[in-house]
Amino acid sequence: MKVIVFAGPPTCGKTTVIRQVIRRMIRKGLQTAYLKIDVLYAEEDEIIAREFGIPSRKIFSGELCPDHCNVVVLDEAVEWAEGVNADYLFVETAGLCLRCSPYIENSLGIVVLEATSGMNLPRKIGPMLTLADIAVITKIDLISQAEREVFRYRVLEAAHEITVVESNALYGIGIDPVVKKIIRTQDIQKPMFLRGNPPVGTCTICVGKKEIGAKNHFGVLRTMEQELFYVGE
Amino acid sequence: MEIQSIQLNSGVGKDGNKEKVASFELKMGDIISIVGPTGCGKTTLINDIELFANRNTPSGRQVLINGDPVPEDFSFDPKNHPIALISQHTNFLSDLPVGEFLEIHAIVRGSDDLDKIIQETLDFANQLTGEAIIRDTAMTELSGGQTRSLLIADAVIIGNSPIILLDEIENAGIHRTKALELLKRYRKIFVFVTHDPRIALLSDFRIVMKNGAMQKLIRTSGDERRAAVELKKIDDVMLNFRGLIRSGQEINASMLEENMRLLSVN
Repeated sequence: MKVIVFAGPPTCGKTTVIRQVIRRMIRKGLQTAYLKIDVLYAEEDEIIAREFGIPSRKIFSGELCPDHCNVVVLDEAVEWAEGVNADYLFVETAGLCLRCSPYIENSLGIVVLEATSGMNLPRKIGPMLTLADIAVITKIDLISQAEREVFRYRVLEAAHEITVVESNALYGIGIDPVVKKIIRTQDIQKPMFLRGNPPVGTCTICVGKKEIGAKNHFGVLRTMEQELFYVGE
Repeated sequence: MEIQSIQLNSGVGKDGNKEKVASFELKMGDIISIVGPTGCGKTTLINDIELFANRNTPSGRQVLINGDPVPEDFSFDPKNHPIALISQHTNFLSDLPVGEFLEIHAIVRGSDDLDKIIQETLDFANQLTGEAIIRDTAMTELSGGQTRSLLIADAVIIGNSPIILLDEIENAGIHRTKALELLKRYRKIFVFVTHDPRIALLSDFRIVMKNGAMQKLIRTSGDERRAAVELKKIDDVMLNFRGLIRSGQEINASMLEENMRLLSVN
């Protein structure tokens, strides 16, 4: 089983890239399954199932943060994909968290970024970009070539080793190199581990504390002057 | 990579039928135009060239550089990218000041003397615009004409690409005559997408597009070149009046008569 995790800010074109990839995988006779993780709403699984007739599911993270949900359910998702005889599981994340990485070890991590999203985006999104294997830059037809080169530079500045693929996914341009990388991905090893180091903070907000201000919280805290300190046992 | 030639092998039009022009070749120093009604696929044709299409774009066309296709997963280091495409974009989306943007692009393109090349680029661009572009201006605040001017200057000076594709430079308020004059000083392959007879007839040949397909290749004949000289005069009259209107002057019948008289004398 090979697991391909797609991340990227909302509306950046993740689903469009995935559809183009799946179309090519099916043409090659490969068995794929698709899982969408989102917070409140998603219909991508229905669209993919209708278009390609492959096993597709969705999970709403609801009360959980979506990357947390990803970590909690992914072992079951892999079992499900094995059960439907898929060799490739595509996981499309909600793409919201800029702190945790949604990628797991031995998976292929693909971050999808819009070329139109501004030159500072690669500096802002952290592990979603820096721990990915491939950055697919979409909507390249909407900006000039000079801007494409500068955007690419900013991506490589944040993630030196990453493979950058520029794509106009609507027309399927630039997708073939992504498919090649997917096919060359290694199999997942169990037990699975999250790639990279999770944040050190214990989140008091996650456990329901709504009061504003450091004095109302515990664990790793900080002030406006950026000093980190610890309150608790 | 040293570019000697670029060849485009045809694919299919929007209706799926084969294109009537089977292929064409461009050599260093060639100037060609792509003409045809709006929506006929002119921009798609130059996009295919820029993407090094290898039967993998919707048109099924193929581009050969020095006789060979460019492999799919061969990603050009931008500093060696031989093609600069000046698209129809009349606005930038980059939220950077002009100077910083040009500096990064110059680094990407491997320039040594950043300050000099940025100044050279701005000087080139400012010959084409009405209002000068200043280094500290945000890219997103430039006007349509300033944007196009900067794109052209950037492609020629910083990009220094041997192949330059220009999509309808006659639009968006730049000094077109000045642009042609400046561009011709550089020995490159120029591909113009254009509706402008002056640009089309200056080319070695032109490709006529219809319904997404290349219909015809017309080499500019001696007759056409002579006609181009006359057309240029008419065009100059139009440009002259445009200049007068722009600078706030009033037009009268005798000015037009004088211009028309000069036309027939020359």
